[in-house]
Amino acid sequence: MALDRWIALAFIALCCVYGYAAFFTMDQLLPPILQRNPIWPSTFPKILSVLGLIVGLIVLFSPKPTGKPEEVKDGTIDLNRLGDYHVGQAIALLALMIVYALTLRPLGFVGSTIGFLVFGAILLGERKLHILIPVAAIAAGSIWYLVQEVLGIFLRPWPGFLL
Amino acid sequence: MIEGLLLGLSAAITPFNLIMVVLGCVIGTLIGMLPGLGPMSIIAIMIPVAIGIGDPTAALILLSGVYYGAIFGGSTSSILLNAPGVAGTVATAFDGYPMARKGQAGKALTIAAISSFAGGTIGAILLMIFAPALSSVALLFHSAEYFALMVVGLSAIAAFAGTGQVGKALMMTLLGLMMGTVGEGALSNTPRFTFGMMELQSGFSFITLAMAMFALPEALFLVMNPARAAHGDGGKITNLRITRAEARAIAPVIGRQSLQGFFIGVLPGAGATIASFLGYAVERNIAKGAEQAEFGKGSIKGLAAPETANNAACTGSFVPLLTLGIPGSGTTAILLGALLALNITPGPRLMTDEPDVFWAVIISMYIGNLVLLILNLPLIPYIAKILTIPRTYLIPFILFFTLMGSYLGQNNSTELLILVGFGVVATILRFADYPLAPLLIGFILGTMLEDNFARAMQLYRGFDFVLERPMTLGLLVLAAILVVLPSYRARRARLRAQGVADGD
Repeated sequence: MALDRWIALAFIALCCVYGYAAFFTMDQLLPPILQRNPIWPSTFPKILSVLGLIVGLIVLFSPKPTGKPEEVKDGTIDLNRLGDYHVGQAIALLALMIVYALTLRPLGFVGSTIGFLVFGAILLGERKLHILIPVAAIAAGSIWYLVQEVLGIFLRPWPGFLL
Repeated sequence: MIEGLLLGLSAAITPFNLIMVVLGCVIGTLIGMLPGLGPMSIIAIMIPVAIGIGDPTAALILLSGVYYGAIFGGSTSSILLNAPGVAGTVATAFDGYPMARKGQAGKALTIAAISSFAGGTIGAILLMIFAPALSSVALLFHSAEYFALMVVGLSAIAAFAGTGQVGKALMMTLLGLMMGTVGEGALSNTPRFTFGMMELQSGFSFITLAMAMFALPEALFLVMNPARAAHGDGGKITNLRITRAEARAIAPVIGRQSLQGFFIGVLPGAGATIASFLGYAVERNIAKGAEQAEFGKGSIKGLAAPETANNAACTGSFVPLLTLGIPGSGTTAILLGALLALNITPGPRLMTDEPDVFWAVIISMYIGNLVLLILNLPLIPYIAKILTIPRTYLIPFILFFTLMGSYLGQNNSTELLILVGFGVVATILRFADYPLAPLLIGFILGTMLEDNFARAMQLYRGFDFVLERPMTLGLLVLAAILVVLPSYRARRARLRAQGVADGD
């Protein structure tokens, strides 16, 4: 089964969960006075879940468009050759983003940002650390200054125990 | 009207005010280029500065410069990085980014600048003429019609997704609508679909979703397939000029989209996003044969259409603000706040009570557009230098900006985990050739759609509004036709291809 049908199937499953939540779990919490209202908080989600089920089933069972095999657009990803791509790098970068999200508060903005930029570039093959580290430091510092001083949004620059 | 214009000119053209325009345009362009910071946030940030100036005319001129600069800056990042910072420039990336990848980044930016300028200027002229008249048209619209209009907008986006894609686009639209229902609804303030998580109480953030849908998959694709990045021309933006034939090709597009964009912009809630998508869809449908096939692969018409329409719509959204005192979009809502802080109350009496302010706003739109064109055309080669940054630096920075954009919106690191999660989902959807823009549009319109639907239901105590208001019924029928027609036509084409006569 092609990937797009798996996605349609996942979407139908999502609609079922969503519809179950809308039809069976939301209305008990409604105060009696609101039940006299023609529209409940669950009305719109109910409509959406039914429509979603219909559309999902249509996509799942509609015949594959017959016709010429699509010309391979250059630069796009061909799923059958997934092994040829740098999937590992992409996953590593995603992991790095999660690490960044988790360390942003404890390590402070400057530290975690420099870390993210340096490790991200190293992952992608950059080896000139004498350029990379100053660039990352300057970028982190100037963005912190812009956000904190110019825009006035609080960002803790250093680890908590230093401030 | 003439004396009004002169009044506005005399108020707007002073050395100090001209400096304000230039300053506003530069600040707006620079900040607007960063994905995630749209005109709304930039204007909100600039309000304290504007109020500090004290003079309402100068303050408004500064803000409108920032506004136009931010929109242009947003187009720049859409074209160069495929990372639209604002929903209104999402459609710009459809054709702008393929152009940049073909090495025509300079040309794409020039077309964007010219179309923006034309759209904004024509919009300002229309504003001047129609502001009084149009307010009465917009007043006729009832929440039932707004609901129907949004349904039409959503189905139009799905219907124009391309052959074989309508079902997928509808699916994505519905997914977006569902995601829009997460969090506290306006109806009863009960949290919905939060599964008891505090972080979901206020719903998903638009910026996070936009980053996850566009910037993140793009960056991941760049990582996975380095060939994708190598197609720029090394950042040497040589062919800034557009040829006479190209100018002739986009001129009618600009003309049509200025008008259409402006009128869509007048309707509250519709705004630049719908205008740009609808503009793109309409131009794609009008185009013939090879030109139509070019859409989505770097068509100059496909770039000019949304760029013109979103600027014209931005100008159009000033109509309800200036004539009714009702903001039609997030940006005009913020401008309304700024005007109130400067002791000016927009509304029907603004034109008679404070004509100098009314006309200064209009004049400042002209000046802002003009300055932007003059400033940015020579600067385009430098702006496009972003492309020369080696990918080992570029990709971490893009990822970092997506993270920053969603972090600054919510100041919450859970948001970053949501971003990564959605980014992975979006990348998988991209693999399977699902269009992502409908999802985002569904998400943006979802809340407004439900609010208007709820209001109509309450006023008519049920679904009767569909039958009792002919305009609503008409619009809903139009929406149904829009969705069914492409699949009907595809089916007929398939039957014909198989040699089955279908009694036509």
